[in-house]
This record gives sequence, structure tokens and C-alpha cells, in this order.
Amino acid sequence: MIVAKNIHKSFDQLKVLQGIDLQVKEQEVVVVIGPSGSGKSTFLRCLNLLEEPSDGEITIDGMNVTAKNADINKIRQNVGMVFQRFNLFPHKTAIENITMAPMKVRKLSEQEAQKVARDLLAKVGLQDKENAYPDQLSGGQQQRVAIARALAMKPKVMLFDEPTSALDPEMVGEVLSVMKDLARDGMTMVVVTHEMGFAREVGDRVLFMDEGRVIEEGTPEQIFGNPQNERTRAFLNKIL
Amino acid sequence: MELFKILQIWQAALPVLLVGLKITVQLTVIAVLFGSIIGLFVALAKLSNYKLLRYPAIIYIEFFRGSPLLVQLFLFYFGLPQLLGHPVDRFMAAAFVLSLNCGAYIAEIFRAGIQSIERGQMEAARSLGMTHAQAMRHVILPQAFKRVIPPLGNEFIIMLKDTSLVSVIGLADMARTGQLIIANTYRALEIWFLVAIIYIIMTVMISEFFVNRMERRLKAGDRS
Repeated sequence: MIVAKNIHKSFDQLKVLQGIDLQVKEQEVVVVIGPSGSGKSTFLRCLNLLEEPSDGEITIDGMNVTAKNADINKIRQNVGMVFQRFNLFPHKTAIENITMAPMKVRKLSEQEAQKVARDLLAKVGLQDKENAYPDQLSGGQQQRVAIARALAMKPKVMLFDEPTSALDPEMVGEVLSVMKDLARDGMTMVVVTHEMGFAREVGDRVLFMDEGRVIEEGTPEQIFGNPQNERTRAFLNKIL
Repeated sequence: MELFKILQIWQAALPVLLVGLKITVQLTVIAVLFGSIIGLFVALAKLSNYKLLRYPAIIYIEFFRGSPLLVQLFLFYFGLPQLLGHPVDRFMAAAFVLSLNCGAYIAEIFRAGIQSIERGQMEAARSLGMTHAQAMRHVILPQAFKRVIPPLGNEFIIMLKDTSLVSVIGLADMARTGQLIIANTYRALEIWFLVAIIYIIMTVMISEFFVNRMERRLKAGDRS
């Protein structure tokens, strides 16, 4: 589903990514962990071209993302993204947040889009909040609306950029549980997170990144149970 | 007795001043209306990645913000006919210059408003497959408009007062009318005071009815 080859990214002199390779199969959940500044968010943002890689090639669902003539808007319709800070549209209600892109981009009618949105709001457990504005919702609720908003475009892949890092601790669970449901339903997911419990439970594969490189990669059992690399061990020791 | 006399002077002057006020209001409405339209597009041009759009926008803004309105009025009313070969209409010249001048300031207000919207908003919209233009129209601009209402109202008030400069090209706006009345009556204090009060009533009306109401209405539902 996703093939990334030798991804480099530099901001001026700063080399943030130094040759990342990743293959994600359909329905696979890949969790990316690593210390802050390791480039994991930047890598995730390269996958839907929110950051343009300085070098390397990315293919998603057979479409070359990094090609010069790539139709990036078309590609992004297939790649949902959930942000650390939710980024809901504050001037729109929950349901309007969800229906906007399907109506403007996929050209659904308002009724069709609302039907999709209501189903998704029910799925994330917020059917009674459709008319609430983002600032009337808690952080966890906002993030669940954001997930529903991304899902409304019926993406083939979902990218999660530290989706629980900006949440109060008691709200982390509700967001993770929505993500678990999504994984169980067979969504292909790449998740950057510090939630090791989630990585262990839901991840098919875990990538440990540091200083712009993938240091170690394996099943959750391998990475958490028997890390081979010293840096992986040091990182896990610090946070577990 | 003194008060009665003042009221008498005001009563005589008011109908004449109101004729001038009509010009003042007309020019303000035109300048604010066209200035807002010009300002929006120039702001978008200035924020564009295309140099062909960005540089003309920068030059336009710098010219109309960087030179005095007075000089601009002279330039367009007295200078332009030299190029055109025929005189230009006073009112047209004034409306033209005021609109362009207002547009330059409003462009900067809109630009600041657009740039004040968090980057994540554009990213979220784009990540959903919306084009840059769609994201601007449906996500960024509605939020930016709300934020620029106070500075925009301020600019409208400034514009109303700045129309008084058109008297230099012989247009009989309210300030010029006041001057003419004083030339006949020698009642400078009473007349200028009345003129000031009428301006204040107008500016208070702008800030009350336009700014406060708009702010309240747009805030309904969303308190961010």
C-alpha cells in the first residue's frame, strides 16, 4: 500500500531525514516510535507531501507521490491524516467539519455527506455532538471528530501524527480505542506515537527512529521484548 | 443668550453642511466598498508564490501607503490630465484615489488576518484533498474575516475622516462646506465644532452599528 524509498529531508543545513525506507502492506498497522527530534513526524508528513522530501520516492496505492506531475490533491483524498493539535475548523460545527471535504472535493450532495458524517460520528461515539463547535468539545472529543473528518473521505491509508500527545491523560483512552476499532476494521495505518501500550497491542510492526534514520524495526514483541540496538534499549528504558 | 445664538448659527449652517455630508458619505462608501474588494485580492496576490502577482501587489501597497493621500489626490487630479489630454472629474478622481488608498491599507489588514490563522488549518484542509483555493475560501478566509473586523472598522473610520482631504481638489465635502460657511459668517468656533460633532456621530455609528454588531453576530456559535 505504501512504499517509501530512501527518503531524505533537509531544512537548510539541518538533515532531518537521512534515508528512510518503509513498506506498509494493506491492512497493516505500523507504529513509529522514537525520541523527539528523531524525524518521525517529518517522515509521516512527507508521506502526504505536507513536507516535500528532498530526495527519495514514495508510492501510495500504486500512485507515485513524489513524481513531478503527481496529482497531489487526488492522492491526499486517499490518505487521511490526524494531527497532534486536531486542527478542526473552529468556525464549523462537528458535522460541518466532516462534510466539508466530501462536499467540496468529492462533490457529494449535502444529504449524502451528512449521512456519511452521522455514521462516522456514531462510530466515534459522538452522535449527540454533531452541532457542537470544536471549542465546545473536550480535546478527546475534538480528536475523535478529526478522525471522523479524515475517514469521511474514505481514505485507503490513515496517518496519525502523535494523536494523543496534546490530550489530558484521561482522554487518551477514548481516542486510542477509536484507533483500535479502526485497525480491527482493517484500515492501513501509520501511527507516530508515544503510547507504547497501543504500539504493543495494535501494531503489526514497530519502527524505532533516531536522528533521521530507522534504527530498528520488528514486531512489537521483538522491539519491546528483545531490542537489539543499544539506542532502542536506552530509549525504551527511559520511557517504560 | 449665548447658547441660543449658537443654536441659531447651527440651525442655519446645518442644512448646508448636510449637503457636504452627502459627498463625504458617498466617497466613504465608495472607498470602503472598492477598497475592501481591492484589498482582498491584493492581499491574496501579496501572499502568492507567483512573483508576477506578488511584486505588483507590493509596489501598489508601498505606493499608496508610502505617499501622503494629499499628494495622491494632487497627482491624480492635476497630474493625470496631462497624460490623458483632458481634465478629470473631481468626484471621480477623488473616489478613485480614496478607493486605491483604502485598498492598500485593507490589503495589509487582510494579509495579517490570513497569516494569523494557524498553519495547521491549511494543512488539515489540504490533507483532505482540498485545493489551495478551496482551503482559502472555505477554511482560512472565513476565520480571517472574523479576526480583521476590529482593524477593518478602524480603517473605515480613518477613511471617513480622510475624505475631508478632497477639499484640496475643490470638492465640497462636509469639511470644505464648513470652511465656506465660515468665510461668510466668521463663526469659526461654532461651525468647526458642529462639523467635528457630525464627524464623531458618523464614526460612532460605524463602530457601533458595523463593528460591534458584526463582531457579535460572527461570534455567535464560535467563541474562539
